[in-house]
Amino acid sequence: MTLAPSSIPHRDSLSKAVGAERFSTDFSPPGCLWAGARRAGEPHARIKAVHTAEARAVEGVTAVLTGADVPGSNLQGIIHKDQPVLATDTVRHAGDAVALVVAESREALARALSRIRIELEPLPGVFDPELALKPGAPLVHPGREGGNLLSRGLVEKGDAPGAFAGCDVVVEGRYETPMQEHAFLEPPNGTARTTPGGGVEMVVSTQAPFRDRFEIGHALGLDPMRIRVRAPYLGGGFGGKDGATVQCLLALAALHCGGRWVKMCWSREETFLAGYKRHAARMRVRLGAARDGELKALDCSMHFDSGPYAHLTVEIMALALEHAGGPYSIPHTRIEGFCAYTNNPVGGAFRGFGVVQASFAIERSMDALAARLGMDPGELRLKNALRMGDANCAGVAVESPSGVTQCLEAVMAHPAWAERAAWKAGAPAFKHRGVGIAASLNAMGYGRGLPDSAAAKLELTRAGTFRIFNSVPDMGQGNAAAFVRMAATALNQDPAVFELVQPDTRLCLPAGSSSASRTTYTYGNALLKACEAMHAKLKARAALFLLADEPDRLRLAPGAVVDEATGRSVPLSMIGAMLSRDDRICVDQFAMPVVENPPDTGKEFRLGFPHRYFSHGACVCAVEADELTGQVELKSCVTAVECGRVFDALGVERQIQGAAAQGAGFALLENLAVDGGRILAGGLDTYLIPTSLDLPGLECLAVDGDEPTGPHGLKGMGEVGVHGPAPAVAQALQDAVGLAVRRVPVEPEDVLRALRGEKA
Amino acid sequence: MREDITVTFTLNGAQVSIETSPGRRVLDLLREDLGLPAAKEGCGSGECGACAILVDGVARLSCLMLAAQLEGREVVTAEGLGTCENPHPIQAAFAASGAVQCGYCTPGMTVAASELLARNPSPDRCEVREAVSGNLCRCTGYVKIVDAVMDAAEAMRGGDS
Ligand code: FES
Ligand code: FES
Repeated sequence: MTLAPSSIPHRDSLSKAVGAERFSTDFSPPGCLWAGARRAGEPHARIKAVHTAEARAVEGVTAVLTGADVPGSNLQGIIHKDQPVLATDTVRHAGDAVALVVAESREALARALSRIRIELEPLPGVFDPELALKPGAPLVHPGREGGNLLSRGLVEKGDAPGAFAGCDVVVEGRYETPMQEHAFLEPPNGTARTTPGGGVEMVVSTQAPFRDRFEIGHALGLDPMRIRVRAPYLGGGFGGKDGATVQCLLALAALHCGGRWVKMCWSREETFLAGYKRHAARMRVRLGAARDGELKALDCSMHFDSGPYAHLTVEIMALALEHAGGPYSIPHTRIEGFCAYTNNPVGGAFRGFGVVQASFAIERSMDALAARLGMDPGELRLKNALRMGDANCAGVAVESPSGVTQCLEAVMAHPAWAERAAWKAGAPAFKHRGVGIAASLNAMGYGRGLPDSAAAKLELTRAGTFRIFNSVPDMGQGNAAAFVRMAATALNQDPAVFELVQPDTRLCLPAGSSSASRTTYTYGNALLKACEAMHAKLKARAALFLLADEPDRLRLAPGAVVDEATGRSVPLSMIGAMLSRDDRICVDQFAMPVVENPPDTGKEFRLGFPHRYFSHGACVCAVEADELTGQVELKSCVTAVECGRVFDALGVERQIQGAAAQGAGFALLENLAVDGGRILAGGLDTYLIPTSLDLPGLECLAVDGDEPTGPHGLKGMGEVGVHGPAPAVAQALQDAVGLAVRRVPVEPEDVLRALRGEKA
Repeated sequence: MREDITVTFTLNGAQVSIETSPGRRVLDLLREDLGLPAAKEGCGSGECGACAILVDGVARLSCLMLAAQLEGREVVTAEGLGTCENPHPIQAAFAASGAVQCGYCTPGMTVAASELLARNPSPDRCEVREAVSGNLCRCTGYVKIVDAVMDAAEAMRGGDS
């Protein structure tokens, strides 16, 4: 009954499968207190009073805190700090935390939370990112220069307004995408306590432990270097744990627990209410081309709904503008973006970071163009695909090999596309079939303006095994296992002799967040450099034992350093036992290179614009629409990706399937509907994500590329697979029932309306 | 407040007697009082399946069960299916086929799969999808999960067919 592993299984897989791996939520020290936040419930209001006496009187309650109890700035935010830890005078969205309770048990906590009375005077709210910019709109942050306009950005190349005059065809459309919930399965949670030296120690489900220290330190006026953050494996993140969720509240609670551990775990409903969302976006696109399909000009404007706080909205908009032209060569572009404050839930990072929205708009525009020109939508995309040396829509030349052509060719050769005519003809009674195609690209890393760096530490243990001090959390994407494979390959050792220390700001060295498809590339490169140093060191130290005066002739073998010239070898355990701790450690660092001559555009973006490296993808989706119910079934979804050299085929496939599943949910199911600032679908019973019955096989075709600067030639690929399904499904539905899809998710009513011949 | 009760049941093969309040959720009883955190809380309201355990061989959601309901029952959690050293074939298959990403849904998934395979040793892919459809996974797109259950079924049948 034993199974032969198909490839080396990820090392954490088994411990997770048997339930032995400890997530931060499984960390429950004995005698742990519980903390919880009382949320406002109103989208916009003045706080007149917070009555806490009744809550304080509940048995087992140890602290009830309000905004007045927050030391420091009381402001959190990764880059733009405008979100209070506890709201003091104004509530700006229904999920704002107004009070924090600490209690001996969860039962006491719940009782106390329900007894806090908040006196609110409702204020008129603003819930639409375009209306928010109109004169007279209610202000989310009164007195702020710019009103509700958080930021405007412009990316230009050539002369788009002029170039439209020379186009044979121009298509124009307005597109809309909704907020999306991450729905990671492990809710935001953590455990913290103060340490005797006046510091804070925390175990938390986070994508950015090193940055968290500074965010907590700033918000609460604490010394960041006395904050220790540990990040065990995450139960999913997808961007939703990039930025403080529980961190600041938890640290605040810890300050009132006299050294006892305190735990905070958001319920699913609280996660919906207070967690970050993929930004809702409105997009207007004009796209012009010559009669033969060659793209000439793009004019695009986008509005992003930031919610009441900036969080990462400006950076997300920057990425959206940079990707608004898709993976295509367009000589003249004008791309404008606005992000507006509203009283809706807070927008934030979500796999695809602005590119998902932009991708939907440009891909739908390409479909409209193909239809107008009577061209095959796949051929139109191929014809305009970015190739090495072309400038992308932001004016940055494609430097590293661009795989968009290969990706398109791969999916077009797949039967799902190549044999679509026959498949459609075989539609059963009352069903309509259609097939759509889309292409995409996704930048890797932070881009210009901030160092995208990581430092790696590798230790030879006294026993002759190795310990990797991982600095970037693994939220399920498998980077932790990839690091072991990389190091094992580099040092020619069995992966089993590597122990992996999960991110801990005290033990590991600083690195950026687990985000932006950067993790494996950046930390991987740092680790490989540390491995090189270790390699040289092991040979140099072994040379002492082996009396070899040319260490270079020595070779690393599993468990030993070998001198082939003499046939002698020295075990690593002997080297480990002989070296002092300092000498057993190798450290190195890496920073992702940036665009050297950035184009003279996008000046508003100080951080994260432009990017130098991209991964590429293409996707074909086949759907079947039921003419009686309007239900749409995704019948197949084939994604090809180019993410440099394929180092771990199974790893690539897993990531792409997971990304495609989230894209499919975005296309057909997931609508975080908000009305007047209140979330209508606020739990997993009403907000539907795909189940095993909603998804087809999700095929992945990996196109082998080679990124010369990447570790083992690879690039990041966590995000690129999420873009395809929404536009490909949209085109498939147009193909099936003639529905001109302009927003997702597509609802059965939309399909029925199209079948009745009504306009969308 | 109601009086505590004593609940006696079999847990992963061993007899357990524990004093608890009758309203305690089984999920908390397992995770906090009995130190078995494999069953996870993803929603607390019966939507996600991450908290699934076997009660008398049937997959049940421990977030919706109260302690008193365990009296005299036989309970198996993912910890009881297998260990790292001696994994259950389903757990081994999940690890080997890439069915585990973040892994938060995995204990619940393996519990649901083990119920299926106990009652139907030769399921087809549709039956597997059906059996795990109450367990949400946000990471995998389910493809590898279905692969893993099919592999495990084959391994448990002794590699035939
Ligand atoms: S926690 Fe029990 S079903 Fe989600
Ligand atoms: S592996 Fe993450 S939810 Fe299933």
